[in-house]
Amino acid sequence: MSARAARLDVDGLAASYGAGPPALRDVSFSARAGQAVAVLGPNGGGKTTLFRALLGELGTVAGSVAIGGAVAYVPQTERSRLDFPVSALDVALMGAYERTPWYRRIAAPDRALARAALERVGLAEHERRRFGELSGGQRQRALVARALVQDAGVLLLDEPFAGVDSTSEEAIMGILDGLRADGRVLLIATHDVEQARRWDRVLCLRGAQVAYGPPASTLTNAVLEATYGEEIVMLDCGHRAVAIQHHDHAH
Amino acid sequence: MQILHSGLLQRALVEIVVLGAACGALGVWLLHLRHAYAAESLAHAMLPGLVIASLLGIPLLLGAGAGVLATAALIALATRDARVGSEVAVGVTVTTAFGLGAVLALSPDVPVGLDKLLFGDLLGAGTADLLAAGALALLIALALAAGHRRLALTVFDPVAAPSLGARPARVELALLALLGVAFVAAVLSLGNLLVFALLVAPAAAAIRIAHGVASQLWLAAGLGAGAGLVGLVASAELDVAAGGSVALAAVALYALAALARPAGGRGVGGTRRSPVEALGAGR
Repeated sequence: MSARAARLDVDGLAASYGAGPPALRDVSFSARAGQAVAVLGPNGGGKTTLFRALLGELGTVAGSVAIGGAVAYVPQTERSRLDFPVSALDVALMGAYERTPWYRRIAAPDRALARAALERVGLAEHERRRFGELSGGQRQRALVARALVQDAGVLLLDEPFAGVDSTSEEAIMGILDGLRADGRVLLIATHDVEQARRWDRVLCLRGAQVAYGPPASTLTNAVLEATYGEEIVMLDCGHRAVAIQHHDHAH
Repeated sequence: MQILHSGLLQRALVEIVVLGAACGALGVWLLHLRHAYAAESLAHAMLPGLVIASLLGIPLLLGAGAGVLATAALIALATRDARVGSEVAVGVTVTTAFGLGAVLALSPDVPVGLDKLLFGDLLGAGTADLLAAGALALLIALALAAGHRRLALTVFDPVAAPSLGARPARVELALLALLGVAFVAAVLSLGNLLVFALLVAPAAAAIRIAHGVASQLWLAAGLGAGAGLVGLVASAELDVAAGGSVALAAVALYALAALARPAGGRGVGGTRRSPVEALGAGR
């Protein structure tokens, strides 16, 4: 998979569900090829809204989005139907569905691409295993392989480290570093402030953009408080911040 | 065997085998999408349409079609409103329709008996019914082939599906519409209450036994046709009602599959479904 010149420019974006007021507004940021952006915010802060707007599923009320390259969404694996009988290879092949006419078998080059993608995420020997029987980390990697088959320049990852053990976390980190080296743009939605510090940029959302920039200068106590409000707890004299997660299944 | 010599039974046999295969395959997607309840509701909600058509003296197929369209639209609407709870909304809609149908059917002006509308008239299958069944089977085969990948995306990963080329809301609506067409084509033969058995039992058995979606579809079609065949032959030999006999045969096949492969393996809603996913799905 070759390097590419993906980029993402968002300018004054506001997006809404139906006729109501915007669920997210005033979002402006740019990410260059090879940059990974952590997207931080409380539940309902607009992370999912931003992703859906970038995927073109929501009406953008204001502003503009310019995207170089295709956009792929990598969901949390728990959102997939684990009882549906598909193999890891079947999941990777889904990335080629959109460009395959219904009356054709998926083309040989796309099959080769899917196998190469599974190889790259370390699942080559598991390609025949049922998706639901893979571990959480392996499932996450299969979904990344699907995004590679989509040939996405911009990847939107929803909590890629949720429910993943530390070995898999290291493997996924390595894979994401490889994607940056390709020149792809990564947006990584996360609850974990420490995790966010590892990426090139951080975007803080709470109904609107709170801050955007390199983590070291952006993740100040003031910004974190503005992002999480009452939900933030400071540890180690303000050097570590922990966001309290309220698990809410009625998104 | 009596069945080989009677033109009546031969036509009924072709009719039920074709309908069984078509409904069986359609049922697999219906179960994967967890729309079994909506399907049963749709079947019952045809009743007022049938009765009104019978009262007005217009073809029953038109009545069934209108009833299904009205209910499909209501179910699609109700499913979108998470606050009401789709099951409650569907339940209320459908019992109302069914009650209305029953009240209307008891009026002395209805030429067709309520029992025929509820339990079907398989042995009354004429050339037009056979053509309708054949057209239905062709339509379902084409639609399931053309929509296979989009259906798979909708079931497996509805959140990411739009970015992969499928709009889940449209796919589900299309499947419900196809289901409506299937009901309309099958209701006169199988009846309002029994058509559901051919749709759900072979599919549930196939999902238990087969390991891939494609093999589930083929197996369900085969089991549906088999249930039709076994049920009709049994009804002729034992001289019992044909519709009921077919429904019982379909359920018996499912029972055999359940014995062969106890729950928890590969069934829909089996133990492989994680608690997180069960909560997240919200239904």
